[in-house]
Amino acid sequence: MLKTRIIPCLDVADGRVVKGVNFVDLVDAGDPVEAAIAYDAAGADELCFLDITASSDGREATFGMIERTAEHCFMPLTVGGGVRELSDIRRLLLAGADKVSINTTAVKNPDFIAEAADKFGNQCIVVAIDAKKVSNVGEPDRWEIFTHGGRTETGIDAVEFAQLMVKKGAGEILLTSMDRDGTKTGYNLPLTRAISDAVKVPVIASGGVGNLDHLVEGVKEGHASAVLAASIFHFGTYSILEAKQHMAKAGIAVRID
Amino acid sequence: MMNVAIIDYGSGNLRSATKAFERAAREAGISANIILTNEPNVVRDADRVVLPGVGAYADCRAGLDAVLGMGDALREVVEQKARPFLGICVGMQLMSDRGLEKTITQGFGWISGDVVEMSPDDPDLKIPQIGWNTLDVSHPHPLFDGINTGPEGKHAYFVHSYHLKANEPSDIVATTNYGEAVTAMVARDNMVGTQFHPEKSQALGLTLITNFLKWAP
Repeated sequence: MLKTRIIPCLDVADGRVVKGVNFVDLVDAGDPVEAAIAYDAAGADELCFLDITASSDGREATFGMIERTAEHCFMPLTVGGGVRELSDIRRLLLAGADKVSINTTAVKNPDFIAEAADKFGNQCIVVAIDAKKVSNVGEPDRWEIFTHGGRTETGIDAVEFAQLMVKKGAGEILLTSMDRDGTKTGYNLPLTRAISDAVKVPVIASGGVGNLDHLVEGVKEGHASAVLAASIFHFGTYSILEAKQHMAKAGIAVRID
Repeated sequence: MMNVAIIDYGSGNLRSATKAFERAAREAGISANIILTNEPNVVRDADRVVLPGVGAYADCRAGLDAVLGMGDALREVVEQKARPFLGICVGMQLMSDRGLEKTITQGFGWISGDVVEMSPDDPDLKIPQIGWNTLDVSHPHPLFDGINTGPEGKHAYFVHSYHLKANEPSDIVATTNYGEAVTAMVARDNMVGTQFHPEKSQALGLTLITNFLKWAP
């Protein structure tokens, strides 16, 4: 049977991991290549590489870094950040990405997802959705999407947008709950479930993981197909294997090869 | 020195595939030239040929046909010279008679059958199937040498919405369970194809690639 994936995520700026990586035995803790080697050896199911570089000079540096990261990555690699044109996607794939994650451009121009999926296949196109709760206490839950790293409000309903993206050809949704990101209080489960249940493609839950129970909740209560986390793995709070063993104990099928 | 041609027709994660073959050869001490190429002559003269492919069947077929002479070179090296051939993902699907994704597209007709949309009986199963699944081997094959398969065995990485429904059960080497038995690997004579991605399947993948480099059908 298909196993639930655990995906560590590297936030990279100008070719360096910025959210902080603090593995033991690493020569250079801020180097994504070192991190990829460590996660490959640890049995991570995929690796996510988010380029949060603002400048074009920095982006050039990042392409070289993606190439070197991919060289050591014998698991699937999703790369996101700054995708605006079809040529950006081709370039990332040639650098060694297996999938490409698209956020702001998908909101600005939903048809871009259709073009990208037509050219590169649905399986290659991940739409990253950053959502925040906008309903008040006592009202039915409602979430809206935000762009530009969460700074720009759009007024677009998150569930409807996810459905539109899948209709356009997204093969997967990477869902980050912005109210939770960095809080270590767990995924936004009602949001995760609302979107997972609304689309036929896999949903990756992201944002807020502080302990291993949060991963279990993301799958069991949030109905996510995969769980993404950054700091708990980077800082060595938990290993990938510990996370998988914990999920297995909770009755979730995971890969321990 | 053995020449292994990986066909570049603009489709997919070619760098991943090349790197995985280089690493497998290096770690197994196999002297091999891994050549990523869009030149029919290189493919025609290769000792082993790999056809990767991601995306839609029709688009991959069109991409391959757009490389002048590549289809003929591929037929010559696979059918006449009988050199070991490995198709990966859509590269494997192209071994079939026809693909039914978007439109009806002719394949190479090496494995009798059509490529059809998966229809898992469990509505909770997502399409595409993305992730790691185990393999059930129905016919032993040298490419599985040293690989522990079955429900407790090693995992392979899948990402697909369609699969090859083969007409001859003997062509199906392995299946994977996704609400139904989904074709995971096919083989016939000097040809083999995997729906999963060996270049992304860590231990299982590297062993399988090594076995392909050593395979003498």
